[in-house]
Amino acid sequence: MINLQKLRSLAVLAVALNGLFSASAGAKNIAIVDATVHTMTEQGTLTNATVLISNGKIQTILTETPALTGYDIIDGKGKVVTPGLIGAYTSLGLVEVSSSAGTVDSSASANAISNIGAAYDVSYAINPNSSLLAISRIEGVTSAATSMNRTGQLFQGQGAIITLAEGMTPLMKKAAFVSTGVDNDAADDIGGSRASLWVALERALDEASYVDGKTFTPQSPWYGMSSLEDARALVPVIQGDTPLMIAAHREADLLQIIALKERHPKLDIVVLYATEGWKVADQLAAANISVILNPESNLPYEFDQLAATMENAGRLQKAGVTIAIGMSTHNIRLATQHAGNAVSHGLPYTAGLAALTINPAKILGIDNKVGSLSKGKQADLVVWSGDPLEVAEGAEVVIINGELVDMTSRQTKLRDRYLQPASGKSVHYIRP
Amino acid sequence: MKILSTYAGMSLSVLAGVFLAGCDAEQPEKEPPVTLNKNPFPSTYQAMESEPTLITNVHILDGIGGYIESGSVFISDGKIQAIGKSVSVPNGTKTIDGKGQWVTPGIIDVHSHLGVYATPDTASHSDGNEMTDPVTAQAWAEHSIWPQDPGFHRALMGGVTSLQILPGSANLVGGRAVTVKNVPNRVIQDMKFPGAPYGMKMACGENPKRVYGKRGGPGTRMGNVAGYRQAWADAQDYKNKWDRYYAEYDQGKDPKVPKRDLKLETLAGVLDGEIIVHMHCYRADDMGTMLDVMKEFNYQIGSFHHAVESYKIADRLKENNVCSSMWADWWGFKMEAYDGIQENIPMVHAAGACAIVHSDDDKGIQRLNQEAAKAWGNGKRVGIEISQADAWQWLSANPAKSLGIFDQTGSLEVGKNADLVLWSADPFSTYAKTVNVYIDGALAFDRNDPSSWPVSDFELGQPGEGDSK
Repeated sequence: MINLQKLRSLAVLAVALNGLFSASAGAKNIAIVDATVHTMTEQGTLTNATVLISNGKIQTILTETPALTGYDIIDGKGKVVTPGLIGAYTSLGLVEVSSSAGTVDSSASANAISNIGAAYDVSYAINPNSSLLAISRIEGVTSAATSMNRTGQLFQGQGAIITLAEGMTPLMKKAAFVSTGVDNDAADDIGGSRASLWVALERALDEASYVDGKTFTPQSPWYGMSSLEDARALVPVIQGDTPLMIAAHREADLLQIIALKERHPKLDIVVLYATEGWKVADQLAAANISVILNPESNLPYEFDQLAATMENAGRLQKAGVTIAIGMSTHNIRLATQHAGNAVSHGLPYTAGLAALTINPAKILGIDNKVGSLSKGKQADLVVWSGDPLEVAEGAEVVIINGELVDMTSRQTKLRDRYLQPASGKSVHYIRP
Repeated sequence: MKILSTYAGMSLSVLAGVFLAGCDAEQPEKEPPVTLNKNPFPSTYQAMESEPTLITNVHILDGIGGYIESGSVFISDGKIQAIGKSVSVPNGTKTIDGKGQWVTPGIIDVHSHLGVYATPDTASHSDGNEMTDPVTAQAWAEHSIWPQDPGFHRALMGGVTSLQILPGSANLVGGRAVTVKNVPNRVIQDMKFPGAPYGMKMACGENPKRVYGKRGGPGTRMGNVAGYRQAWADAQDYKNKWDRYYAEYDQGKDPKVPKRDLKLETLAGVLDGEIIVHMHCYRADDMGTMLDVMKEFNYQIGSFHHAVESYKIADRLKENNVCSSMWADWWGFKMEAYDGIQENIPMVHAAGACAIVHSDDDKGIQRLNQEAAKAWGNGKRVGIEISQADAWQWLSANPAKSLGIFDQTGSLEVGKNADLVLWSADPFSTYAKTVNVYIDGALAFDRNDPSSWPVSDFELGQPGEGDSK
């Protein structure tokens, strides 16, 4: 395992060399040398490569080990480097303990501000001190989409994109997407039938078109199905500036979504789950609709998921659909395992890595900053003990914004407390 | 742990009754004592057809700590006939060259709700929690199991050869659990593991108090414990009544037959050492309390399930011979799961206590080898070195011991049931997949022959029938 003390001594050694690459004193400069690097760019996968990080950005990536001055050096020999993982669809920062433990900001019930659930804005609700952030961060998750998941209404609010960097400024993008659903669960909430739900969805989009560009005051008459705040929240969606994430499983619902896109060509649609997506993979690709999925969902949990299979991710990718993997919250760190299992069921290896990095970045519209390793990108990256998709491997070094992450969490502290041999005192006095 | 035998005692007493009734024709007729049929739903499991098979040139984890880098296993007549670096087999034996592949014992999941919470998970299929009373020891999971649950075949693809199906955790005592072979057929009796003792499900902590808090209690942890203790006290009383009945009968008296109580009968079966307790218990302090309840009423807990805090009390679990059935990394979905850590399993193992990897999940059951691999890797990264050969005990031998079936399965030893898996690669890798799964020597799953894959009635004629799942 790499520890900081070792890093420091290597850095001192490096300073003694007269380097080709030097970095200004005072700034944080890190070099990862002699590693296998998955850049997730056209540069592909490099072996014995060096990643130079300066001022929070990727400075360059080289296929050699140059002489270096002014860098903290991380020996990457035998290690694998990837971009930081992007939690494609989570509720990070909105929930601490899901059940029977007080307020959970990832759920809400209808109230005066929102009739249809579109108005809710999670950017106000994110808690960077949530233990989940450190627990996920030290396993390589460096940013995430975070969303409500339970409103009982037509929409699940406006989601945000957050960084998992330490500190109290998590927001990378507010109102980054709006979530809805057209699956069995959604139909149950909206009148108990898709026949009701779809009419409501079209009506909500109509009302957003109506308010677009208009000014309202509290005295203005408004008799919409949506609250005024709901309708306003949907304006960037109908303009195609903000992705609309739609939960759907069955083939028929996916075809309805493709028809929705034909009716509203500006919509930037992302399908969540797409359990039977493989059956309409070519049409999804042609409609430029991306998918965020859990590739391990291979059981008919409801009648809208009968054709579920582990092959779904691979078949969608083969047809040209952009797919992202990573749909959980407490254990978003297991997205690597999910991707590994997709790879063992037909997804090409590099596509498995892309589904955790560059693809969610593209889907969320943040690929200009994160999701790949190239000059000028935000330095979010992970040094793994080996293949990150292998369940027995793990993250050893995590870097966010060019800063080394403190590799401790509440869980590592619990572990270290109980790894101590018994002493004459209560365990409560052991402070790892 | 007590080694339990459910049926041996029963059949002897039945025979004795028949004998008494048949031979004393001259004496005034004395009715034989009432004996209870402890096995009213007997197993009708029959191993599927099999052919003698040699797997050779393969990595072998025998499940009890042994590893052979390049060895052979010969199975025939449903049993493991030979295992070693090289074995001799009759001419013409079907031979599989396992070069680059691995053989392990079949995986045994001690915690499944397949069939009782079947997919599709409609309300109609919600048959796992009898939430009508905090103590429902009279309910038997096997009477809820739907053998057409597609989850059985998914688990088979993951190398699961036997599993225990339990009632849910809403109740203090949920009812009887049953151990089955992963060969679903027409009725549940066709799956029942012959000779396996029954389990009994109990639950600590949050679930019972949440379910009953507003319906008469228990509504607190202390109420939970009062509930367990009263149930055991009632069971002791019931057991005493039957013991007294038989004693008085043997003394030549004509005692009144106690009224049969199906709830107390199951609890008394635990006190008699015939039924094994499997207790859902997350928190170390809850487990600590239950260890004392166990001693107070003189029964044995086979395993704490979902034991996310076992790492805090592994020494005491070892002292008390109680296994911990654990996930690799689940945590935080409720308060009592908040202190879950990824090193729980290796820490319990390293303390010398019995560690088991379990699923409680229809997806997790498909990859229990990966759950073990994660735990193994996480342990290794903090300096807990455990060989893969030892770690496999979490998946087969320890589960078999906690279910009372280790004499029949759970390791690759000559004479045991030929329940084993041929893996495409090191099963501690994400990329390893089952190639062949054998149950009692029969090839229950053959990945390379899609036409042979089992399909449940439910999936016949539906989208995706027979697809690679």
